[in-house]
Amino acid sequence: MSLKLENVTTTVGGETHIDNISLELSPGTLHVLIGPTLAGKTSLMRLMAGLDKPSTGRVLVDGEDVTGVSVRLRSVAMVYQQFINYPSFTVYDNIASSLRLTRLSNHEIDLKVREVAITMRIDPLLDRRPAELSGGQQQRTAIARALVKDARLLLLDEPLANLDYKLREELRVELQELFKRRETIVVYATTEPSEALMLGGAAVVLDEGRKLQSGPTLEVFQNPASVAVANIFSDPPMNMIDGEIVDGEARLGEDIRLPLDGHLGQLSPGPYRFGVRAGHLSVVSSPGHEFRFGATVDFAEVSGSETFIHIRHGGAAWVVQEQGVHSFDLGQPIDVFLDAARLFVFADSGRLVAAPAPAGGGTPR
Amino acid sequence: MALIELKEVAHAYVARPGGPEDYALKRLDMVWQDGAAYALLGPSGCGKTTTLNIISGLIRPSEGRVLIDHRDVTALAPRDRNVAQVFQFPVIYDTMTVFDNLAFPLRNRKVDRNEIRSRVHEVAEMLELTADLKRRASGLTADVKQKISLGRGLVRKDVAAILFDEPLTVIDPHLKWLLRRKLKQIHQQFSTTLIYVTHDQNEALTFADQVVIMDEGEVLQTGSPRELFENPRHIFVGYFIGSPGMNLMPCRIDGNAAIVEGAPIALGEGIAERGRAAGGELVLGIRPEFLRLKPSAEQGNVPVSVLLAENLGDFKIVTVSLGKLTLKVKVPEDQEVPGEWAYLNFPPEWTKVYADGRLVE
Amino acid sequence: MNKWQDNRAWFLVMPLLLIVALSAIIPLIMVVNTSVQDIFGPGNRVFVGTEWFEEVLSDRRLHDALRRQLTFSGLVLLIEIPLGVAIALAMPKRGWGVSVSLVVLALPLVIPWNVIGTIWIIFTRPDIGLLGVLVNGLGIQFDHTAAALDAWVSVMLMEVWHWTPLVALLAYAGLRAIPDAYYQAARIDGASAWAVFRHIQLPKMRGVLMIAVLLRFMDSFLIYAEPFVLTGGGPGNSTTFLSTYLVKLAVGQSAPGPAAAFSLIYFLIVLPICLVFYQALQNVGTGDKR
Repeated sequence: MSLKLENVTTTVGGETHIDNISLELSPGTLHVLIGPTLAGKTSLMRLMAGLDKPSTGRVLVDGEDVTGVSVRLRSVAMVYQQFINYPSFTVYDNIASSLRLTRLSNHEIDLKVREVAITMRIDPLLDRRPAELSGGQQQRTAIARALVKDARLLLLDEPLANLDYKLREELRVELQELFKRRETIVVYATTEPSEALMLGGAAVVLDEGRKLQSGPTLEVFQNPASVAVANIFSDPPMNMIDGEIVDGEARLGEDIRLPLDGHLGQLSPGPYRFGVRAGHLSVVSSPGHEFRFGATVDFAEVSGSETFIHIRHGGAAWVVQEQGVHSFDLGQPIDVFLDAARLFVFADSGRLVAAPAPAGGGTPR
Repeated sequence: MALIELKEVAHAYVARPGGPEDYALKRLDMVWQDGAAYALLGPSGCGKTTTLNIISGLIRPSEGRVLIDHRDVTALAPRDRNVAQVFQFPVIYDTMTVFDNLAFPLRNRKVDRNEIRSRVHEVAEMLELTADLKRRASGLTADVKQKISLGRGLVRKDVAAILFDEPLTVIDPHLKWLLRRKLKQIHQQFSTTLIYVTHDQNEALTFADQVVIMDEGEVLQTGSPRELFENPRHIFVGYFIGSPGMNLMPCRIDGNAAIVEGAPIALGEGIAERGRAAGGELVLGIRPEFLRLKPSAEQGNVPVSVLLAENLGDFKIVTVSLGKLTLKVKVPEDQEVPGEWAYLNFPPEWTKVYADGRLVE
Repeated sequence: MNKWQDNRAWFLVMPLLLIVALSAIIPLIMVVNTSVQDIFGPGNRVFVGTEWFEEVLSDRRLHDALRRQLTFSGLVLLIEIPLGVAIALAMPKRGWGVSVSLVVLALPLVIPWNVIGTIWIIFTRPDIGLLGVLVNGLGIQFDHTAAALDAWVSVMLMEVWHWTPLVALLAYAGLRAIPDAYYQAARIDGASAWAVFRHIQLPKMRGVLMIAVLLRFMDSFLIYAEPFVLTGGGPGNSTTFLSTYLVKLAVGQSAPGPAAAFSLIYFLIVLPICLVFYQALQNVGTGDKR
């Protein structure tokens, strides 16, 4: 099956939720919709599912126009951010519920339910009701319900957002494995760049109902076409600073001066916006990170195995990401080191003009 | 300003506890230093909220004593303990203004009116609530309400400690950051003892000077965030802190090395000796950050097959298999990952051995 | 989100519309019809315009009935609401006591209304009734068939016994919905029991108490069966309330015209109260949620 959206737009009460989006989704590929809250991810998924009808534009399945065809007549399964299960059904009945409407015999249903329960590791819980399950187990049940249908389109709308990070870690790995083995079109919405990167596949960057960029996930990450994409596809958002290229050097902010080496070499003089991801700033000097500037610590946060140090430099608020767990005092002065080879350069209009060469090359898959 | 001590405290919610499984909190001896910021971290049901409520006096422990500044307060009601508490869901008095909410604990204690006014204004200033003082508290957003709850603790001059029970649960993700920062600021400015219960690792490590990790009613380790990360003293701590968690591999000891899946791995000075002495079930642990992935064989390296390399932008997570075991290795983004075979280096200073779950030191 | 263009849903609503039409709208139209005619017999009726309305509005007995009605409803609220709240506060929070007290409270609510009247006739009788004999035994003359005050006391007692449990149940439900954290926070803030009631329990019960007030006001305003059975509106007219008077007018005096006019006026008084009630119900739960 292939799914195609042609210039779809939805307006609700004068407000545009989806603004002229065209997309082509092919089977056996994972498509990641990445964008902040209210970017239109859910609206777009509802269009794909047939839960909503676009105001203008067409939805095609295998070349056939299905715009306005009810969701019940399509082969779609969906998993939501909230753990949605029937509260009065056991886990078994919850999973079986989507099969009961088909022509399958009870025996076949039983086989399928047990098989998917084993994949999702909820086979010991089949007799329980949702209220007796932890959040992670509830979401596993909801995912199992979606998987068991073997729908040709599987939509997951931030399925891990409400889980705590250890559970998210586990389920993310399992989902990856599951998606690999399917001939389904999988669409996965997330706000988190790390989740998108881990899932890989193809990414569609959305913001305010518009498609900003699409392409292989890692490529989009390495070459964000605009400041907006760079911000959405970086966590924390990319550090930005205004500057200019003049007299053969790059001048960033008040007192950062860099020579025009490497990818900065071909830039013509003029004003630019320079961007650098938090991971490419450091509070320790190392080969590569040799441009030093002073800053004060605003706040330091630990996330997973990294420490995010929010700093102030001049008027700008930046974030530095360090591996490992460290602590800093509020207001503490520190030196920050910058790797010039890792700078993104955007034109005044926000368009990308130079990106650092991707490090480390491709990955075996 | 006070020192809080828990002496042989234990608590069971059932009237006549039989075995240890009846105890929500197993025997705990703990000193909470004056002016420090503590986090009580653990999965739900680990006994962290019970511990908190024992300190505030909402629960009277079935065993043991609670001392504040060497004074036994075990039998005292919460209002007589000079301890404030902020709950998971913001508790505000709906019918009162923000000012009256903040003044409430002082009025109940018959504090002088002028004193109340100056204290409330001082705290409101600190929490950025001054503009809202005259508003009714019921119409405010969850984060402001939670600041008010916090303010009712701060407003009391005599307060020995402020306790937090998962206070950011109902706060919007993008506002959590601001509130955490506010808490840090308050801690620096007022240097009150803060004890913060959470199941969120990031919140605990961000907030606290000292993190107390609990599981199944027991304290497994207390330490600075960095200590917990670099030197977990229990395999649960290794798993629970850090993402991905620590690699844990069943092993046995042979000579001065640990044998994992037939491969010898060198250990630090004397570890093998003590590990053998400790006995029990031995597990080797090392964090993905500390493993080194090499393209070619070197002395002491362990050959592994590469299953998957995920480029996460800032770094790569490489999944490798060693015999039947699967390990995660974190490598810099610019490091080439070999396609099929690679060699793992285990730096001895980061390679830990656990006997029956506990670190061999 | 877009709604599909589909009008089939109207078919599902049709039966209900029909029932409402038959049970409410058509009778109402007939009442309007009757209120503007003088009916002498079958097929013999004269259009009289607003004459009945004028007569009813200037009827002194009606004014008296309305005054008594308002006094009665006012007293009902003044007694039942605080009493109901007090009972709810005193009820056990957990354990077997909860179900026992709930069952005991619910008992008066499940007895048919005319039976209640009968029970109280017997209960208050000065010769054999438990209450009547007891009070008279104390040397107080008590006979609700003879003295207006005694009749009022009896009717009020019956009403309070019958309906306070409803208020108590509503208030109890409101109290149980308050999260524990509020009580814990109050203990830590050093609040007194009164402060807890004043600043936590009462505000959190506001929604259900609003419902209780309106329910009790409406019900007592329309009350008929129990006082009619107990006192028959007497002695004299001392316990004749609006609906008692209406029935006397329509059945006792066979005056359908004035009775119909009276009904419409009664209806117009009750209608705005219904609207207030409806609004209050809509707002319950939105106003005082955390």
